[in-house]
Amino acid sequence: MSAKLVQKLDRVVIRFAGDSGDGMQLTGDRFTSQTALLGNDLSTLPNFPAEIRAPQGTLPGVSSFQLHFADHNVLTPGDAPDVLVAMNPAALRANLRDLPRGAAIIVNTDEFTKRNLSKVGYLESPLEDGSLDSYDVHPVALTSIAVEALASFTDLTRKEKERAKNMFALGLLSWLYTRPMDGTEAFLKSKFADKPEILEANLAALRAGFNYGETTEDFAVAYEVAPATMPAGTYRNVTGNVALSLGLVAAAHRAHLPLFLGSYPITPASDILHTLAGLKRYGVATMQAEDEIAGVGAALGASFGGALGVTTTSGPGLALKAETIGLAVSLELPLIVCDIQRGGPSTGLPTKTEQADLLQALFGRNGESPVAVVAPATPADCFDVAVEAVRIATTYRTPVIVLSDGYLANGSEPWRLPRTAELPDIAVEFATEPNAVDDKGQPTFHPYLRDPETLARPWAIPGTPGLEHRVGGIEKADVTGNISYDPDNHDHMTRLRQAKIDGIADSIDPLVVDDPTGHADVLVLGWGSTFGPIAAGVRLARATGARVAQAHLRHLNPFPANTGDVLRSYQRVIVPEMNLGQLAMLLRAKYLVDIESHTSVRGLPFQAGELADVIATAVASVSDVPLKETAK
Amino acid sequence: MTTDLGMPSSGPGAPGAHGTAGVPSLPDGTALTKKDFTSDQEVRWCPGCGDYAILAAVQGFLPELGLKRENIVFVSGIGCSSRFPYYLDTYGMHSIHGRAPAIATGLAATREDLSVWVVTGDGDALSIGGNHLIHALRRNVNLKILLFNNEIYGLTKGQYSPTSHVGQVTKSTPLGSLDTPFNPVSLALGAEASFVARTMDSDRQHLTSVLRAAAEHRGSALVEIYQNCPIFNDGVFDVLKDRTEAAARILHLTDGEEVGTAETVVVRDDRGSLAVVPRADADPARIVRHDVSAHDPSAAFALSRLDSPDLGHVPMGVFRNVRRPTYDDSLREQIASARTGEVTDADIDALLAGRDTWTVGA
Repeated sequence: MSAKLVQKLDRVVIRFAGDSGDGMQLTGDRFTSQTALLGNDLSTLPNFPAEIRAPQGTLPGVSSFQLHFADHNVLTPGDAPDVLVAMNPAALRANLRDLPRGAAIIVNTDEFTKRNLSKVGYLESPLEDGSLDSYDVHPVALTSIAVEALASFTDLTRKEKERAKNMFALGLLSWLYTRPMDGTEAFLKSKFADKPEILEANLAALRAGFNYGETTEDFAVAYEVAPATMPAGTYRNVTGNVALSLGLVAAAHRAHLPLFLGSYPITPASDILHTLAGLKRYGVATMQAEDEIAGVGAALGASFGGALGVTTTSGPGLALKAETIGLAVSLELPLIVCDIQRGGPSTGLPTKTEQADLLQALFGRNGESPVAVVAPATPADCFDVAVEAVRIATTYRTPVIVLSDGYLANGSEPWRLPRTAELPDIAVEFATEPNAVDDKGQPTFHPYLRDPETLARPWAIPGTPGLEHRVGGIEKADVTGNISYDPDNHDHMTRLRQAKIDGIADSIDPLVVDDPTGHADVLVLGWGSTFGPIAAGVRLARATGARVAQAHLRHLNPFPANTGDVLRSYQRVIVPEMNLGQLAMLLRAKYLVDIESHTSVRGLPFQAGELADVIATAVASVSDVPLKETAK
Repeated sequence: MTTDLGMPSSGPGAPGAHGTAGVPSLPDGTALTKKDFTSDQEVRWCPGCGDYAILAAVQGFLPELGLKRENIVFVSGIGCSSRFPYYLDTYGMHSIHGRAPAIATGLAATREDLSVWVVTGDGDALSIGGNHLIHALRRNVNLKILLFNNEIYGLTKGQYSPTSHVGQVTKSTPLGSLDTPFNPVSLALGAEASFVARTMDSDRQHLTSVLRAAAEHRGSALVEIYQNCPIFNDGVFDVLKDRTEAAARILHLTDGEEVGTAETVVVRDDRGSLAVVPRADADPARIVRHDVSAHDPSAAFALSRLDSPDLGHVPMGVFRNVRRPTYDDSLREQIASARTGEVTDADIDALLAGRDTWTVGA
């Protein structure tokens, strides 16, 4: 028990920042786990450079991890940190502009050397020149205290001891916010099981950091954030990529299909390959292909054979897969394509988020080649969207593109675990019998004879006697699937493929509008990972008295059937997107509604405050009720 | 450190297993005929195309495998040869340009019970699809890849291909091709192929014997088939079809036998290079005997380099046929040894929960 004061807070935003080799992602991840186990609601934002080890101590090399946790529902990683942990001058310089006055800064003074300061353009140490006077600065010699704490580890070099400074910082923050450390201790024990010396050093550094907080006079108060009120259930913390992986496995299980992943490594999608590669005991087959094209090709080959073929990629890879996805449109076979979007064009911003592949997903193929497109709203929602993608793909025998992004992929939040038995029943039936008679009256199989309701064609897999047939990318005659160059047939088949995708709208939930007053004149409509920032912005705006409605699209193709009606019921419709207005363009074209596009492509999610301002301005323009001034 | 891949000591993936082990056979006493493998589609190659002969040979050979027809799949890319699957009454996929080996890999990896064949051409396999071909061979996926080589692009009407000769005048090389061609056999050997052979469209007996050896081989089999294009590259292999010329030019590869013709024989010089010399001049100690299962591919590679653009000497037959684990068997084995039984809802529930959970009461 600490002898010091413990003060209650309702929410905290912490940002850990350091060199990309300092272990900030691990530190943030562990602090998040400890926080999740305490029952706080939370949201995280890892932010790191594309280089594995950028030059030490430089601005481009800064890696950070932001965590927002609270005793109430949390929607975003937070606009501005309350606490910055800066492991070096570069981390301070790169992050200071995001800090509100009065925020706490814990700095590792050992790294504030002349050389390190000059690397990032500080002529004088900001710790000494008074420039940080409006912040609550806690200078801590993190490295040397950590090394000192490990004095008894005579077999370790100084460099090895220095590496434990992130654990010291984690221990200090764990004390400051009263987080239990057993989970991290267990994690370290398993991570360093083969290296007892390193394990003991890390545990010692962790405890030393905790004890430092308790004894130093620099920190007078420790804080507590009570558990959030959340729906009853069992929870875990989950990132979007892990949730998507688990969703695919659970959906394949419910569909009674073996899961086959063909994938080529690409940021920020690779963690799905890593996760699924470790799940062989669930029957999951993964293949690291020679390129993006082979990844989707192998997945499609597996689907032809009756597996659930999946490929994972990011924007550049989706471009390479386009021709094969077009083939899947022609073959009318299930295929799941997960695009974890990142900044573009070209290589763009590999480790930063964006949602600018929407039009590529819808239209980035030759010819009329419609596919279903779905997008998760939050990290945990990636699970449900994966299941939905598999439902659509197997029911309608079509490729489905899942548009996640870097923010969802690496960000995490608490996830209320579903029960597998209660997931949608998406069991698939393969064709086993001839479905027609030929002109001689003999039973025969027509591979393109459709289900009248879904317009799906039969999935007849090799090994099924009597159903031998050939499929391919050349236009096929309706019903028989034979090669056909007939003009009317091509027109008919093109419209049939479109009608099949359009018909998916009959099987999805209508667009739901959240409008507590029922009298809003302004609607904010989003898709994908903007859900959290939009909902937080709406919450802020409503706190000022603004009447605003919010809706979020999970299905981007087709849209829910009531989308046009919803759009037409508001005076103003604002669509915030991390692109230059792609959904807005689609909605304007399809529904002839004057959508207002609000866009940002900074590689980072929207800030709630920014969206609240946009909403307030729009509401003020159509309302005669004055809004309150409320702190954001 | 090496890792035990857990390869089985018996079963389809075991060393020495037949290429079609694991694929269901026809019931005893029943057999299929060539007619059973002939689809109802009208064949639309140009009159005189070498593809007709290859189709007839394959349709004639497939019944010999004794497999259930529904467990045979042909996957092709794009090009004249890639229309092949439409004319065979098996399962088939006419895919996209160059990608057939990748697509077939996904199919073979997930379906042990299928005999998977890839049909491709020199442009499809060696140009647009070169990457997939070398990686399928390197992985040793249990695929039989039939590469119809006519040294020209036919379907796009007569441009030079990656096997066209330097100086070849085509629609896209009016002053002669500048590119050094690939030797498909050398390329395949360089890509670690475990089975590489060459045969010819017009020699039905030889073609069938090579198909048989390829089918028996467990792993990737690359079969280069010299094929005449009567429209855009007519007669390119004619000297090999003339009985007298062929006897002087074709070096038949027979395991354990000397490599040569009636008049000539292949010898190894001091530096290890091979040369074709008159039998009378050959030092018996230097005469090359073919060892098809030699682990070191150098000898097979040296044989493949005896090719010359004027078809002066052309080795024909199986260059290499060695056993090594196949990708698809190994992948299935990893999954089988990781499995602990049927996956239940409870297993999935535990997977979803992971290690750290907390419970919120009602």
